[in-house]
Amino acid sequence: MKIIAIAVLFAAGAVFFQGANAQRQEPKHPSVPTDGKEMVVQLCDGETSTKVKGVRPDERLTPEQAQSVSNELMRMWMDKVDPAKATAWMKEQSAAQSPQSQPQAPAGKPSGSKSRAAAKTAGGAEQANDFTGRDFSIWKRELEREIKYGDEIFHSDKLIGSANGIACAMCHPNAANTHPETYPKFQVQLRRVALLRDMINWCIEQPARGKRLDPDDPKMRALEAYIMSQRKGVPMEFGKH
Amino acid sequence: MLPLKWEKRRQEYLREREEWFNELMEAGRTMAGRRKFLKMAASAAVVAAAGSFAPHSFQLVDVVDAAGPTPGPATPAAHQPFTFAYISDSHLYEKTLNERFVRHLERAVADINALDPQPDFALYGGDLAQLGQPGELKLGAEILKQVKAPLKMMVGEHDWFLDMGDLWKELFGAPQYSFDHKGVHFITLMSVNERDFWTKAGLTPIQRMQIVAGLDDGRQSRFEVGEEGREWLKRDLAKVARTTPVVVFSHSPLYKYYRDWNFWTDDAELVQALLRPFNSVTVVHGHTHQVLSNRIGNIHFHGMLSTAWPWPYAPSGLPKLTVPMNRSDPFNQTDGMGDGTIKVNQSGYADKEYNLWNRNPMTVSEKYLSSNGALDRPAKTTLETY
Repeated sequence: MKIIAIAVLFAAGAVFFQGANAQRQEPKHPSVPTDGKEMVVQLCDGETSTKVKGVRPDERLTPEQAQSVSNELMRMWMDKVDPAKATAWMKEQSAAQSPQSQPQAPAGKPSGSKSRAAAKTAGGAEQANDFTGRDFSIWKRELEREIKYGDEIFHSDKLIGSANGIACAMCHPNAANTHPETYPKFQVQLRRVALLRDMINWCIEQPARGKRLDPDDPKMRALEAYIMSQRKGVPMEFGKH
Repeated sequence: MLPLKWEKRRQEYLREREEWFNELMEAGRTMAGRRKFLKMAASAAVVAAAGSFAPHSFQLVDVVDAAGPTPGPATPAAHQPFTFAYISDSHLYEKTLNERFVRHLERAVADINALDPQPDFALYGGDLAQLGQPGELKLGAEILKQVKAPLKMMVGEHDWFLDMGDLWKELFGAPQYSFDHKGVHFITLMSVNERDFWTKAGLTPIQRMQIVAGLDDGRQSRFEVGEEGREWLKRDLAKVARTTPVVVFSHSPLYKYYRDWNFWTDDAELVQALLRPFNSVTVVHGHTHQVLSNRIGNIHFHGMLSTAWPWPYAPSGLPKLTVPMNRSDPFNQTDGMGDGTIKVNQSGYADKEYNLWNRNPMTVSEKYLSSNGALDRPAKTTLETY
């Protein structure tokens, strides 16, 4: 039940915090009205909520209180939804939490259709997370678009804002020697633990004489996506120099 | 004992490094929350100051003893060992756009001019320009005029594919020629021809140039000497005795290393077949911007360094005899770049010295390649490409 409790606390956090990124509109659950006297905690379905008796909104829940709130919310949710769906979901959760969880589906294969097939043979119960082919094609298309944009920036001195004609790919064909899998690592020249984006900015500013990108700049995000895409399957080896 | 120049650079580096650590500690005095971290940084600084800390950015590589001239299997008649120098792959933009690449070429010219004794001649290994622009080629020609030794020019794909070599030929002459020097037959091959991929696609000259300039741009064709070039080579070699040492200059490696980046010559086997009957053949090539050594039968291959930037080693196909140079340090602006000299021994085979800027020089000797790597192996780097 630990994971569920964390999910609930996260949802509570989302209620009390304002999003930092004002420009980008991400979907939000409507906040639950409170009377200002008691804390209201909302479940991640965006609908179910409960008041915590004797706790003010600005107080902090003890782990025991949080667990009890979490149990209460889950009970309320189970009462609301289709029992077959709820059971399937619970089963999936406990399987995911057990140390011998199912072997990972091979990368790139739609694991949803596989689990749907498994559910059918097991007795026809529908699962809560049942992705369709449309989901997979959207994910793939959106990801490929991001990578392709990164590819273009990586190969263009103009898009990277270079003042001296130097593009990333001039020294890094196919993103060779960018080794994103070795970050984070302490980089004395940057005086801190560096992430891939810090090195991207170093290269933009130094060899390419451009202006550094904000970590959330669409170009930075696309560059990271492209660089990662070129290192698929390489084991993570953070801290490697 | 390190040569003076490298020791000086190393001391500079260690000084800079100590300053960084000092700066860190200074910052720490005003930032209480970072004490623990600074303790670590401080102890590292002490070790660095004591000189026992192997610096990350300046990897010490043992200087390889330069092997003296070793008599080869076939000693030709009137032939004295001699040295020539090389500069390669400067990829110049116009000075107003990129002054750094210009400075690098000037540094290489100064290196060659400072050699004492002077080399018999200097080879320019191709890719003088980045996009074949008149302003780039003319700027390069102007800088190369300062080379004191006689200059031999080779063409690269970056010089060629805007106007298909018109201006380059006007400035430097034919891209394919041969000459004899102290008993050695030298051949400069035009190895970066590409089959027409632009007409059908309706590309403009600058679009064609930009595609060829993209190393990982798969829209272009593979390099080749081509039928005409091979015929020319055959005719040229017909006059040469089998015992005469042959040295070939080609921009692309005359063997197949990595196809996707055109570290490759598509008709390499056919060219090698023409060179096979000779006792001693050495191929010196540009394009790959890295320390690269190979041997196929009687042919020894040596890659040249670039003055503009180093290329990473390709994901596959690296010749077994190559002892890689270090992975270049992005914080060290001229790391992995440089120029060098080639000493042609009595046998006709060569000792190749890589004058890596800011690192110790590396020598790949005739002895090393002739023994298939058993003898005189250059020191390996601890900073490998990954």
